[in-house]
Amino acid sequence: MEPRPVRIGLRIFSLGVMAFLYIPLAVIVMASFNASRIPTWPIKDYTLHWWSLAMHDQHARTALENSFKVGLAATAVALVLGSAAAFALSRFRFFGKNSLSLLLVLPIALPGIVTGLSLLSAIEYLSLTPSLVTVAIGHSTFCIVVVFNNAVARLRRSSSSFEEASMDLGADGWQTFRFITLPNLATALVAGGLLAFALSFDEIVVTNFTAGAQQTLPLWIYNQFRLPNTAQEVNAVAVFVIALTAVPVYLAQRLMRESGGIGGRG
Amino acid sequence: MSTPTASAPFGARRRLSAFFYRHRWLKLLALLIPPLSWIVVVYLAALVVLLATAFWQQDELSGQIIHTFTWDNVRTVKDDPTLHAVTRQTVQMAVLVTITDILLAFPLAYYMARVASRGVRALLFVGVLMPLWSSYLIKAYTWRLMTGDAGTINWALAKIGLGPLHIAFTTTAMWLAFTYIWLPYMVLPIYAALERIPGSLIEASSDLGGRSWRTLRSVIMPLALPGIAAGSIFTFSLTLGDYIMVDLVGGNKTDFLGSVIFRYQGIANDLPLAAAIALVPVIVITIYLLLVRQLGAFEAL
Repeated sequence: MEPRPVRIGLRIFSLGVMAFLYIPLAVIVMASFNASRIPTWPIKDYTLHWWSLAMHDQHARTALENSFKVGLAATAVALVLGSAAAFALSRFRFFGKNSLSLLLVLPIALPGIVTGLSLLSAIEYLSLTPSLVTVAIGHSTFCIVVVFNNAVARLRRSSSSFEEASMDLGADGWQTFRFITLPNLATALVAGGLLAFALSFDEIVVTNFTAGAQQTLPLWIYNQFRLPNTAQEVNAVAVFVIALTAVPVYLAQRLMRESGGIGGRG
Repeated sequence: MSTPTASAPFGARRRLSAFFYRHRWLKLLALLIPPLSWIVVVYLAALVVLLATAFWQQDELSGQIIHTFTWDNVRTVKDDPTLHAVTRQTVQMAVLVTITDILLAFPLAYYMARVASRGVRALLFVGVLMPLWSSYLIKAYTWRLMTGDAGTINWALAKIGLGPLHIAFTTTAMWLAFTYIWLPYMVLPIYAALERIPGSLIEASSDLGGRSWRTLRSVIMPLALPGIAAGSIFTFSLTLGDYIMVDLVGGNKTDFLGSVIFRYQGIANDLPLAAAIALVPVIVITIYLLLVRQLGAFEAL
């Protein structure tokens, strides 16, 4: 047990760090209601004008739809491939296993600009047209890691003796998978899928290189930042996005609680 | 008795399942080939094309990439003093951000893992996780608002009779923003490492006469090191390759590797040279990964 002054000191320091994490988020939420045309602080007048403007912006809505399409496609690919990789790495021993797990983390360990430029070079080399499909393919590579991390954490904690018992009792491989393995893994997969979606929904560094003429919501927001007098409307969209990603992350966290937290992007 | 039509697919399925059970390696291959080929075909192949592009030329008139070998791009990167300065600046920032994040994250992670009650710990865990997953762009933009001359920071400083600071579009503003945005990536692995230390080890240390400081230095720190190293991979690598923050918070006043690469690709439309510059962060991060592997970072990822 730490001495009392140390504990109090740690508590105050932790409180300070948490404040550092949340004050900027509070600032942006408040700024989205700022009635002034120029971003100012403190905020003198509040309005819902920016919110209604954002709600009726056709470009923003198309971008939002695109983000949903890409997110769903990338999540679907990531769920299948990520869980397959998790099974292979946690239930089997084979040559090159460690290099493979390193390979799976690589899309996240390398800087985003390298991943983005690599994908663009490949697109140019194959003379493909950048589109939502290329964006979704790019997103899948790092969404796989998120699903993989969540699934592997669950598989490591759950022993394979239940599966053996099921087989001993006469179930075949499919029945064992359907009634034992899948229910045990289900919440981890849902959590991984939610996080993968949130990651794709927010991605810009790689998307910027692979999207071509298409716009996803982050790209729309980024372009808006460069135009004059649009900041307030963007703030409103921003708060909407924060709320939208907060829901899946909160749900994922609840689902994974019993297995001791979720493996984030790494 | 079941009808033949109902039992036939069941029998086939059963035989298939038995076949896979007897030949486990086939099951392994069926599981392994799809994700492995995806990573290899999409990701590794793209990295190889990037590497190749760095050694290709661009037709000056048409802008088409010609697939003939040249050292020109790499030589430009190697000999350009401006790029050397940019590399130095970027690495310095990445190191500075990593150190600041360790200093902020370690006490918080320690408090979460070893001091806080169960309820507070769960609350803090979600509390650290939420900012990690909220929009990166928005977080970057809010720092632009906060570091402006008429921004939140100067407003708060004026309240306590200090300031104003003129940090808008400076490296100081970027340092604050980077530190903020990557902090959760540092807290979570350190927390995971600290949480795994059995209480008995710490009791043993104090039984043997180790005071708090000695226990921290000789027992806790060595066991937390893989977590710190794992977190530093994220803070270091993410800072190294960023170009959005350099634009939004830094106003593109200071060049970073990411922003230079982006500019050569997007504005100058010189993909081969951009690819050659992109090899610099790849080399830096490879050296970094080899270094932190010694500290057990990969086991703590």
